[in-house]
Amino acid sequence: MRDRPIALKFSSVSFSYPHLDVLSDVTFHFHSGEFIALVGPNGSGKTTLLKLILGLEEPTQGTVELLGHPPKRSRSLIGYVPQHASYDPSFPISVAEVVRMGVVDGTSRRKRGQDDVVAKALSLVQMESLGERPYSELSGGQRRRVLVARALVGEPAMLILDEPAANMDRESERRLYDTLSTLKGETTILIVTHDMRQVSALVDRVFCIDSLNERTGTRTVIQHPLEEVDDGTKRVLHEQAIPADQCWQEVRHG
Amino acid sequence: MGDLATFFSALVSPDFPFVRNAFFAGALSSILFGLLGSVVTVKRIASLAGAISHAVLGGIGIALYLSATGKVPNLPPMVGAIIFALLSALLIGTASLKSKQREDTVIQAIWAIGMSIGVLFMAKTPGYSDPSSYLFGNILLISSQDLWMLLALDIIVIILIWRYYEQIEATAFDEEFAQVRGIPTRVVFLVILAVTAIAVVLLQTFVGIVMVIAMLTLPAGTAGFGAKSLAAMMVASTIYSFIFSTVGLAAGWVFDAPVGAMVVVTAGLFYLGRLLANALKKRRRRA
Repeated sequence: MRDRPIALKFSSVSFSYPHLDVLSDVTFHFHSGEFIALVGPNGSGKTTLLKLILGLEEPTQGTVELLGHPPKRSRSLIGYVPQHASYDPSFPISVAEVVRMGVVDGTSRRKRGQDDVVAKALSLVQMESLGERPYSELSGGQRRRVLVARALVGEPAMLILDEPAANMDRESERRLYDTLSTLKGETTILIVTHDMRQVSALVDRVFCIDSLNERTGTRTVIQHPLEEVDDGTKRVLHEQAIPADQCWQEVRHG
Repeated sequence: MGDLATFFSALVSPDFPFVRNAFFAGALSSILFGLLGSVVTVKRIASLAGAISHAVLGGIGIALYLSATGKVPNLPPMVGAIIFALLSALLIGTASLKSKQREDTVIQAIWAIGMSIGVLFMAKTPGYSDPSSYLFGNILLISSQDLWMLLALDIIVIILIWRYYEQIEATAFDEEFAQVRGIPTRVVFLVILAVTAIAVVLLQTFVGIVMVIAMLTLPAGTAGFGAKSLAAMMVASTIYSFIFSTVGLAAGWVFDAPVGAMVVVTAGLFYLGRLLANALKKRRRRA
């Protein structure tokens, strides 16, 4: 895995809002093909970290490299699945139309012949029969899977999911992880979650937003080892810390 | 007072060019109300458009004052209106992008200050100028030149929406995702505001400042009940706007009442009817 190119690299990154320091000295990286979980309690700065990865915010110090480039240049190669909590239920749009948004670019008009790729993305999330349904008629879990299809339609180099299982019913969650398991190894996957105790068994490594440093008032990112549990999940061993910049093989064997 | 038959004969009679002009103005503004109204509705910026349309009165007041006092002779009120519309669009747009939590206050401030400036300057303008004629408009005063300007703006808006439909739809549906896809969401937002501001200035001649905002939201809101896509909402909303403005014009003729108010009452009643029907349908489905 270490021979593969680096997918995401944070080097000594700090970030502050005008009156609030959030992150300091964040250094970590992971490689293409890895399945990564980023965990942290609510309000710890996960969303800020995501914004830095997607180039929606700029670091106050340090650099972020996404797929070898500054995020603003390479973010169109990302399949992003937001929480989309503020969604407007009266917005008139079909499921297929939402998925098609995943191949929209900055200024061009739609290319012809996208129906096949939309159908393929919908079948990846096991929703092929619902393309013509209004998006607002779906359940919360189904809507989240449509957003996964929207992220997959452009065949992204990396998939980023923000709290993918939040407010999801069991069935939708199972189907979502079915989809992710078929992508594992081929596509780099980063899931962000507030569940600190356990992560899906698919996860290779876990990064954790550390507890608040009282002196600086900021947080940083550390890495914890994982332990397999019988119920198909992995437990995060918070009592042990691994340097965040250490790689997969070193974590496994070192 | 007339009846419907005399309305239709007036529509085709060369003796009543103002009725025909009003009809064409209704048809041409329906396109703006339909297309821009749908964008304003799905982007949830109706209050921003409301503030811009009211702030326009400030520009009209200053232009009337400068023209009547001879400081800038023959300055058309529309020039002041357009300057104020674009300025307020820029201020509100910047406030909305930079500080979401202050957005409401800025909207209300611009709404109130713009109108007050208008009233103050009109009061100091020599001769008679009545703010209410600008607030409520008069479609029967539409000139051929106004019609050409409406047609030009229709064409510009149709081209912009046809060319950038996907970017507009994505920005309105999920702004953060659109930004990640490389869509310049801020530029899209500011252009929507600026075009809406210019449209508001032209349309206020038709139904008046107060009612522009109603016609930007009611037909689109009515169309939103059954539409399956933003494009379908735009088409249905344009058709509704055309029906409402024609019915309003005919009702204004028949009852000898202000046309602008008739148009909005027609649109409002129809919207409330759809809202009620929709609520009943939902209730029946639940039962």
